Amino acid sequence: MQLESMYQEIILDHYKNPHARGLREPFDGESFQVNPTCGDEVTLRVKVTDDGKVEDVSYEGQGCSISQAATSVLTDLVIGRSVDEAMTTMDAFTELMQGRGQVEPDEDVLEDGIAFAGVAKYPARVKCALLGWMAFKDALARTSNGVEAG
Amino acid sequence: MTTTDSLPVDVTALRTDFAILSRTVRDGKPLVYLDSGATSQRPAQVLDAERRFVETSNSAVHRGAHQLSEEATDAYEGARATIASFVGVAPGEVVFTKNATEGINLVAYAMSNAGTAGPESARFAVGPGDEVVVTEMEHHANLVPWQQLCQRTGATLKWFPVTDEGRLDLSGLDSMITERTKVVAFAHQSNVLGTVNPVEPLVRRAHEVGALVVLDACQSVPHGVYGRGAVDFGALGVDFAVFSGHKMLGPSGIGVLYGRRELLEAMPPFLTGGSMIELVRMEGSTFAPPPQRFEAGVPMTSQAVGLAAAVDYLNGVGVDRIAAHEHTLVERALAGLSGIPGVRIIGPADTVDRGATVAFVVDGVHPHDVSQVLDSVGIAVRVGHHCAWPLHRACGVPATVRASFYLYNEPSEVDALVAGVREAQRFFGVGE
Repeated sequence: MQLESMYQEIILDHYKNPHARGLREPFDGESFQVNPTCGDEVTLRVKVTDDGKVEDVSYEGQGCSISQAATSVLTDLVIGRSVDEAMTTMDAFTELMQGRGQVEPDEDVLEDGIAFAGVAKYPARVKCALLGWMAFKDALARTSNGVEAG
Repeated sequence: MTTTDSLPVDVTALRTDFAILSRTVRDGKPLVYLDSGATSQRPAQVLDAERRFVETSNSAVHRGAHQLSEEATDAYEGARATIASFVGVAPGEVVFTKNATEGINLVAYAMSNAGTAGPESARFAVGPGDEVVVTEMEHHANLVPWQQLCQRTGATLKWFPVTDEGRLDLSGLDSMITERTKVVAFAHQSNVLGTVNPVEPLVRRAHEVGALVVLDACQSVPHGVYGRGAVDFGALGVDFAVFSGHKMLGPSGIGVLYGRRELLEAMPPFLTGGSMIELVRMEGSTFAPPPQRFEAGVPMTSQAVGLAAAVDYLNGVGVDRIAAHEHTLVERALAGLSGIPGVRIIGPADTVDRGATVAFVVDGVHPHDVSQVLDSVGIAVRVGHHCAWPLHRACGVPATVRASFYLYNEPSEVDALVAGVREAQRFFGVGE
């Protein structure tokens, strides 16, 4: 196995220098997610504007490089986008992660997220990559204006 | 460098019995299997015994008058006798369960059933004001069933804390276990820390106040205890104990619950149905004597035969020698790992009262990532909280890497682990 195929440089960069990390106020929805098999956890908040835009995503958590980097990439992909766009991106990322390495990622949609294509070959690590996204989806559903969009 | 010749066990010869140990993983890397604490590998002798049984005598036990049924019953009951003798108890005191988890649940549910089961089982009944005592280092299997028992009955759960050295803090023994205590349940050996807990003071105090002792022996029965040899439930004086087949070279799908005879005789059943009855009428039923009372339905016959073959295998090598062999491995692992800057052992740093399981963390590299690097060079370890989440919280770490050794592991595999951990540090740019 080539370790580098899983741990792309982009992933290690996000792990060492995470984007948008820290919990911020104000927020409209918050979610706490945990991976019961390994104990990794994330608390994630979203702030959504009245016209359905993701204004901010902030988070705290502890976990492996994959889960932390994936959450960092998530913030790049959704902050400043409409909730609808963010959900489309989430679907694309989820499809990539559940594709067992058979799905060709679209860089225009997933940007740095394409670096996780190698992780998709390791079923035990897919949950790590999706932890932050599960929190994002749940936090959106907990906002009053996110429910319809989600 | 230690050669295998000087070890208490001839590992090179013995490894040929385990076909899986000669396979490669991850693009041709020889498998280094250091996860026997989760599940052990099975030798050909166990597989052969199962196959022989299925090919010659397979049929339902304890029913039917045909020859196959007779042979199957003999094989099943013979297995029970072999396994009982291995842990120093009588065959009638051994109940076969699906696994150790089911064994603990069996006792916990029997105790809540005791509330409505008649006067002979009154001693098992628990309710408000009663207490159940466990420890902070329990596997979830020996914690959650007791939490649930307390929730069902209104009893209170209490627990012994763990010291910074990864030992049980028994300083409050007499105030923790009191006249209100109905059950004291604890692990013989921690599945994470490797700590071997002192059974004697806990049994003495529990029996002083009339409490029942339930021992989780999943991590001790397969390996024995260094300097003390094979685990003997009779000598330990515990009331109940559990262990599982797949952690001791045997099949999965079979576990053992030991219960002292007079306790099993008075205890109400957990699962009910066929095989466990004495007399059935539409209005109600009476139950068979133990152990059948606790083995509802058609039992796991070939698994029992396989587990008995595993016991024969362990006896053939010698549990004393297995424990001594593992002791040399854990000494080597502790020395090697603690010699790496940035690596912290979670659990006893010495080898006193300690089995061959080593949990550790690497500063700056998450356990998941450590194990991924180890996996890339063929080393299989366990990572996460190992079904002992509260213990990890108590130790102040979210997760650990755990290497666990068995009779078939070699010193060179310990060295591979140490080198692999250094490689993980290099890959993630931490350490020296």
